[in-house]
Amino acid sequence: MAQILFEDTEEQHEKLMKCIGKHRGERGALMPVLHEAQDIYGYLPYEVQTLIATELGVSLAEVFGVATFYSRFSLTPKGKHQVSVCLGTACYVKGSDKVLDEVEKELGIKCGECKEDRSFSLDSCRCVGACGLAPVMIVDGEVYGRMTAAQVKGILDKHKD
Amino acid sequence: MVNLKINGIPVCVPEGSTILEAARAAGIRIPTMCYLKDVQCVGACRLCLVEATGARGLVAACVYPVAEGMEVKTNTLKARRSRKTTIELLLSTHRKKCLSCVRSGKCELQKLAQEYNCDEDRFASDNTPQPIDDLSLSIVRDSSKCVRCMRCVAACEKQTISAIGPINRGYAKNVGSPFGESLADTPCVNCGQCVVACPVGALYEKSNTAIIWDKIEDPDVQVAFVTAPSVRATLGEAFGLPAGTNCEGKMVTAIKQLGETSMCFNMDVTADLTIMEEATELMSRLKNGGKLPMFTSCCPAWVKFVESYYPEFTDNLSTCKSPQEMFSAVLKTYYCEKNGIDPKNLFVVSVIPCTAKKFECQRPEEGGYTDMAITTRELSRMISEASLNFADLPDTPFDDPFGTATGAGAIFGATGGVMEAALRTAALKLDGKAAPLKFHEVRGTQGIKEATYLLRGAEISVAVASGLGNARKVMEMIKNGEKNYTFVEIMACPGGCVNGGGQPYVHDEVRNNYDLKALRAQVLYDSDRKNKLRRSDSSPAVNKLYKEYFGAPNSPKAHELLHTHYVKRRLY
Repeated sequence: MAQILFEDTEEQHEKLMKCIGKHRGERGALMPVLHEAQDIYGYLPYEVQTLIATELGVSLAEVFGVATFYSRFSLTPKGKHQVSVCLGTACYVKGSDKVLDEVEKELGIKCGECKEDRSFSLDSCRCVGACGLAPVMIVDGEVYGRMTAAQVKGILDKHKD
Repeated sequence: MVNLKINGIPVCVPEGSTILEAARAAGIRIPTMCYLKDVQCVGACRLCLVEATGARGLVAACVYPVAEGMEVKTNTLKARRSRKTTIELLLSTHRKKCLSCVRSGKCELQKLAQEYNCDEDRFASDNTPQPIDDLSLSIVRDSSKCVRCMRCVAACEKQTISAIGPINRGYAKNVGSPFGESLADTPCVNCGQCVVACPVGALYEKSNTAIIWDKIEDPDVQVAFVTAPSVRATLGEAFGLPAGTNCEGKMVTAIKQLGETSMCFNMDVTADLTIMEEATELMSRLKNGGKLPMFTSCCPAWVKFVESYYPEFTDNLSTCKSPQEMFSAVLKTYYCEKNGIDPKNLFVVSVIPCTAKKFECQRPEEGGYTDMAITTRELSRMISEASLNFADLPDTPFDDPFGTATGAGAIFGATGGVMEAALRTAALKLDGKAAPLKFHEVRGTQGIKEATYLLRGAEISVAVASGLGNARKVMEMIKNGEKNYTFVEIMACPGGCVNGGGQPYVHDEVRNNYDLKALRAQVLYDSDRKNKLRRSDSSPAVNKLYKEYFGAPNSPKAHELLHTHYVKRRLY
């Protein structure tokens, strides 16, 4: 996995500390704090998880266990451009796995990762409700239907800066 | 009380009991895997499934409460088939290197697989090799053998450390340290309670006994084994002897038969020495206004716990080295000088009930006198490797000049033992001949014990805790000023060293049905009772050491060799 340096602005840190302060001492404080942290940073890196563990007085293993249990939380940052390939049943039987393979090859990252320059990140999803268009790929919220592996490069290039 | 029938047998149990508890009361066995008394009860592994009236489908006996008039069947075809499939599914993701597994023969999964006539290849196996984490100085994790029972996670949580936890979910679920780090980089204190909680060979101590075998063969080197007080109380269990059997004589014979020149010394002697140093230190802290309460420092997991979680209290730890480190220092200096041995040619192996001692002997603050620390389990494997028939071995006494120890040294292996031993000597020094020998308040396997003693008009308020969860409670009370203790004894493992992370594997069914801690501790208290010498200050070996080498307790020479210092650690 590409090692991406954690960057933290004062504003982000303050926002997180405010959220921790609001929930400190509560039973089950970890979930709302992790949600907020995920929204603030877009992911939950080591630095953020150790801070939350220390401030809430829980172990890092517990924080990490929750962070890896729910798919809502991510351990890798999101790129400027976010690519998602649907692996729901309809898309999958229509060959979305091959589309995903091609995106991985084209971007040089695995599903769930982010490029080191943070330009692109790649995820898979389960059904976006457009099964008639299967297989489906989404880039920055734009849905591309009836995808083939051959179309991948062109679409990604369109979104490149 | 609730009346029910299990397999047609009427049982009467208190309300709120589980089916499993009721079955035990009726002498009926239900297999379990994720359940471990005092550690975990979550009903996750589905091995204890039984049929019960009023329930839809099979229910997990370990968590399902009994009801009036309930009829339970534990041994139906449906229940057995379900268990068998569960075991076979566990086996499908288990790396089945059973012949060379450290746990073979003592593995709970292996036993169940045999009992249920399982086919280990029924389901296609997915044995993607997983990296083995062996960077910790004490504990190795091999995730490819893990059955995700979570007993290690629960044991670590109970110690309030939680260095490990569940990772991911569903089929990808794993157990380990966060962010793929090694256990060595976590706040793990090396207590090894995870190892004794593990039902399979996924966790074991970091072992390198091959080096000892090499040293035994080396004609220039003499190997000195030093056995901790509680090893003799448990070693027999590894060879099928009942829990609570004192195997001191057989243990010494076995060790001396590992090699022609192997020596076996009694660590009880430096337990006595520790008491002399520690009691003197306590009195000097009392007299000179030193930091109080003073904490015992024999337990390396507890020491690391203070360094990591309560670094502001490191000055409260007694500066005394542990008996392991004291013995090694005495052997490499006094003993070598006296016998004209080059310390390089004396290989000191301490045999301990503990995985944290492996970490301790590599701490730079200890001076590197202990060459290797091995657990009771590792010693038992060496004895097996030497083809010795342990149960039939004759008795041999420990080697001199450290052959005689006192009863005070023996009880070091049980919670409250260090405190009682220290009080015996302190009471004599303060109160003279009237001093008592028994301090019942600090005995027993309860998690936290407190007592106040009047010694020469001064109130000595003491606390004894075992298990780090209890230690944390005591620390919080001290921190927020709720309690003012003079002297605090902590052992990281529940019940003390007799229940240490390096002790022989015990099948969960034994652990769930017997009070092992008490049975093992009784060996030590019996040997104390039978000993004519009950106070550390009456030990001839210790008095000789002071006369010939150290001068007096806490002398400059004693400080140089028998005392240590501590560091402050960060958690992450």
